[in-house]
Amino acid sequence: MNHWLTAPILIPLIGGILQAFMGYAPITLRRTLAIATTVLTLVAAIVLLVLADDGSYRVYAFGNWQPPFGIVLVLDRLAALMLVMTAVLALFCHIYAIGGTDENSRQFHGLFLFQLLGLNIAFLTGDLFNLFVAFEVLLIASYGLLMHGEGTSRTVPGLHYVVLNLAGSAVFLISVGMIYSVTGTLNMADLAIKIPQVAEGNLPLVKAGGMMLLVVFGLKAAILPLCFWLPSAYANATAPVAALFAVMTKVGIYAIIRVYTLMFGNQAGELAGLGMDWLFPLALITLSMGVIGALGAESLRKLVAWQVIISVGTLLAAISFGTVAGTSAALFYLLNTTWVVGGLFLVADLVDGQRGSAGDKIVTAPRIANRTFLSVLFLMGAVAAVGLPPLSGFFAKLLILKSAVTESDVAWLWSVLLIGSFFTLIAYSRAGSIVFWRNVDGHIEERQKLTPSLSVSASALISLSIVIVVLAGPISRYAEDTAAQLHDTSAYTQILSVPMVGEEK
Amino acid sequence: MELAFAVVIGVLTASGVYLMLRARTFPVVVGLTMLSYGVNLFLFSSGRLATGGQPIIGSAETYSDPLPQALVLTAIVIGFAMTAFVVVLSLRSLADSDDDHVNGRIPEQDNARQEQEDAK
Repeated sequence: MNHWLTAPILIPLIGGILQAFMGYAPITLRRTLAIATTVLTLVAAIVLLVLADDGSYRVYAFGNWQPPFGIVLVLDRLAALMLVMTAVLALFCHIYAIGGTDENSRQFHGLFLFQLLGLNIAFLTGDLFNLFVAFEVLLIASYGLLMHGEGTSRTVPGLHYVVLNLAGSAVFLISVGMIYSVTGTLNMADLAIKIPQVAEGNLPLVKAGGMMLLVVFGLKAAILPLCFWLPSAYANATAPVAALFAVMTKVGIYAIIRVYTLMFGNQAGELAGLGMDWLFPLALITLSMGVIGALGAESLRKLVAWQVIISVGTLLAAISFGTVAGTSAALFYLLNTTWVVGGLFLVADLVDGQRGSAGDKIVTAPRIANRTFLSVLFLMGAVAAVGLPPLSGFFAKLLILKSAVTESDVAWLWSVLLIGSFFTLIAYSRAGSIVFWRNVDGHIEERQKLTPSLSVSASALISLSIVIVVLAGPISRYAEDTAAQLHDTSAYTQILSVPMVGEEK
Repeated sequence: MELAFAVVIGVLTASGVYLMLRARTFPVVVGLTMLSYGVNLFLFSSGRLATGGQPIIGSAETYSDPLPQALVLTAIVIGFAMTAFVVVLSLRSLADSDDDHVNGRIPEQDNARQEQEDAK
């Protein structure tokens, strides 16, 4: 039992509740408290990362109920990595938000912190039904955040997003029910033990349940047939929200990694590698679809939103190998893509603010102010996202390419990923050269002021790409350890025998 | 009882899915509600159907599994909140776009408008 595990959940929960009651407090007070909460969450996440790096599993059992009977929080390297990644992204998005996005709604900070709460529960929980609850918490906060802002452009994409996710929740519940009806447990560690022992006649039920879970996680992660809601929803959201949502698809990917390596991994007998043969082709088609979307994007935000789908395809292709090398390469890429895409959303918004009525559309417009600063940020973001040297995207994609083993995998992955990257490069160069270089005569009246909170947060997120390159050694070491820990599922199931408070001797 | 239960779940889910595929927001919301009813019943049945069983060991000869009941309760609460939200959202969509089509506008009208503009 380690009480630190509750910190990333309790801090945003308490901060969010405070914000809910402070709607009429002065905005500076609300901002200070909100930022303090996010900083504390980041501190807690870093503490957990240091704790988790010894490679052991830490368990917090709610109400001191011995698992599998109670709900448990489980901290391992993967959970800690996701927590830190989310907290870093959230902090910079939050700093960007206090630059003016939070002004027209009293509950923005509350929703933002509840979103963090839901994300952190999803990463820490060791129970399948609790994962469902975490998804609902983060979704209901995301519905509010997505609708945040002036104007009516968000209503219809928001409605689509909500209805799709409600249908997804229904499918999640059906699959949870199917798995429970056969195994009699929803604790992930217990499921990892019970699934190989399922009787022959009940296997189809578990298999159907497992595949339906893949559909749900695929909807969250925006895999191809389920990805068309994403571009319009993300492109219409306000910038800090869209940037924070860069981590939302990664929750689906986290759930796929967690559930399919633990419950349907190599030791799962008949059900080993369930769904993974579907995942590889789907991932490659998703990647190609993202590239096509990026080439056809009419605005910078749409372009970045399609980049989210490209990165989902790239990540899942590496994960679907089910090997330590594939997973560790995916985790390295995950850090890079989440932060850079978040940063690119912020940069697109900054460009939008400088171009008057042209907005972030990829059309010629009068020369923008602060062109050097913004174009350098965009260039760095694009280089990191496409995967050109010297920024982190290059090393991440190199690791992913190297993780393919069999000949057909190599042929498919290398050709799709490399050709896809080339066309993404064309999409970014086209967008960048039209927006920054091809200017027409004219003068833009109203310009958004580049306040420190806006420019610092956007440039910080983009330059995290440099940080990843500088710290590439420790980060890839951590990613490899994480992947090794994930694929050794026998250690995870040890949490069932962890002593409760009062039993320790 | 099993047959009746299964038929009810099947009918609820089928009507829910059918209504969700409609083009107006109101049928979609009703469809989502019916789907969640069907799902709740399904979740309840994952603890096996039994009569006279209590979820406390020793209080009756047969006891029923309390966990699906707890899961259903959670799912009902969450589903209720989500339905309330989606009702408000579809009302806002109706107010914002003066139409209750799920895309905010009817595609044919869009085409007609486009043709008019082209004719000019």
